Amino acid sequence: MAGKNEYTPVSSKIQKIIRHVPGEWTFRFTYVGPVKPGQFFEVSIPKVGEAPISVSGIGEDFVDLTIRKVGKVTDYLFDNYDEGDSLFIRGPYGNGFDVEDFEKGEIIIVAGGTAVSPIRGVVQHLCRANPADTHLIAGFKSPDEILFKADFAEWEKLIDVTMTVDGAPEGYEGRVGLVTQYIPEIPIRDISACKAIVVGPPPMIRFSIIELVKRGFNEENVWISDSRKMCCGMGKCGHCRIGGKYVCIDGPVFRYTEHRALID
Amino acid sequence: MGYVLSTEGFDRTLAKLGERYRIFAPVLKAGEGRFKDTDVIRYDYVRSLEEMELETRSDYSFKEILLPISETLFFFTEDQIREANLDETPVLVFLRSCDIHAVRRLDQMYMGNGANDDYFYERRKELVKFVLIGCPASCENGFCRDMGTDRTEDYAFSLDVKDGKVYCDVRDPELEDAFRPCAEGTEDVVPQSPGESDCHVERPEEVPLSIFTDAMWDEYTKRCINCGRCNFVCPTCTCFTMQDLFYTDNGLVGERRRVNASCMVDGYTTVAGGLEHRKKNGERMRFKVLHKVYDFRKRFGYDMCVGCGRCDSVCPEYISFANCINKLNARVKELEVE
Repeated sequence: MAGKNEYTPVSSKIQKIIRHVPGEWTFRFTYVGPVKPGQFFEVSIPKVGEAPISVSGIGEDFVDLTIRKVGKVTDYLFDNYDEGDSLFIRGPYGNGFDVEDFEKGEIIIVAGGTAVSPIRGVVQHLCRANPADTHLIAGFKSPDEILFKADFAEWEKLIDVTMTVDGAPEGYEGRVGLVTQYIPEIPIRDISACKAIVVGPPPMIRFSIIELVKRGFNEENVWISDSRKMCCGMGKCGHCRIGGKYVCIDGPVFRYTEHRALID
Repeated sequence: MGYVLSTEGFDRTLAKLGERYRIFAPVLKAGEGRFKDTDVIRYDYVRSLEEMELETRSDYSFKEILLPISETLFFFTEDQIREANLDETPVLVFLRSCDIHAVRRLDQMYMGNGANDDYFYERRKELVKFVLIGCPASCENGFCRDMGTDRTEDYAFSLDVKDGKVYCDVRDPELEDAFRPCAEGTEDVVPQSPGESDCHVERPEEVPLSIFTDAMWDEYTKRCINCGRCNFVCPTCTCFTMQDLFYTDNGLVGERRRVNASCMVDGYTTVAGGLEHRKKNGERMRFKVLHKVYDFRKRFGYDMCVGCGRCDSVCPEYISFANCINKLNARVKELEVE
């Protein structure tokens, strides 16, 4: 007999919606079960479609999925669902981050835009487990597009946070500039042993790693999180394959040294 | 046990098998080719030997029995989700050695890649048994021998028609009773396997990273029109795309399907927001070719391509996959020297 049907979407209630900015909201979905930061769910809207969304928060009876309104499924979700409504999800999929790997020693986390989602759980863990040696650089396009403001206020009290925006109107008091500009400024005692996680749009990842390597980072100590079109989430549909790897099951979290040998 | 049957006797065997199984075999569809006044050989349900096309290789493979071109997975009605039903009559699929080797590749992807097996594939696979059609000679553009797929022992029974007689090697004991009363006699039967082919390939064992961005692929940017036919005829291509829809007469009701996808066709990598990888057809060709003769092997230990040659025959731009493998091999050797 055929086994479990992993394609069957599971009904889930939207407990809460956090509206960060007009096109980027966090949906709190009821979910009880194992899940790690960096994993993803397929948000499944019958008759509309499915979209892979990274886990941005984990609670006892929920997962947070921070979603950008950017396509068919997410448009429908933003326009038709509210707190208390139910829709469908399936997952979690992907390897995710093993947060324990980052508890010891110094670490820089570089994240851009919505990509704060996959590392939010890692930062939350490190705020408890390794606050003195955790450095976070987060970049957003503009002051209007800053996400997770409440989190950043909390994190700034515990760890070294560098928040920057690519551009800002006159009079903005925060930092302006790309994340790469701040990588050289982070105080690190032992560069060769320091770890790094880089998540964001592909060009941001590429240039951040160039900066890290310039500083003397060991490439073995760098992790990234990738994303692709994914129809199944379990290594069947083929869309996310790069070379011999499937982003949905071998990733989305990769060691940089493994990922750089994958050419799209 | 090996059986010799007259063609009428074999039809009686088929009739007996037909009581328990649907019979899925290559059929010549006259005038149904994609160009005017051309024929096509593709799979369909049959009841007699005469209906089967046993001379020439089918243009499309058997794979639609396991991976329908469009397969409904779920029906949606208001707040209900219902799994699509499946005709549970078992199926006997008639196919050649290369295609039986292709089944192993399909199994690998759907039941041996990652922690979750594919429920919809599995439930179809459980209903299917395979019948080997012997090959008296290698087919046009085929290079099964070089890919090691020209022989197999993995079949329920075999079928060879020689001089008006039908020869079958029956391996599945559950099927013996359909042969015994219809046979003229028994003897040792060895299914025919193709001899030498005109078409040969040499595959590189390892490739340098630089091959992925090498200029050798530019030729295909110029020639390929990304129609994706090579993927759709390939017995080992497994990619699919999810497709949700609602009925125009009643928007509350709809379904979720999966449809065969092609890594050569636009939109294969496009994500919400428009980001796309591999825009050039040459890059797509590289992605496909290296998967078939390198990337799959790196992951699973054996090559994906079975050398059936269908992609060569179907290409409207006369791009030869076998030539491409040989060009790849030559280029890798050049790079090694450099």
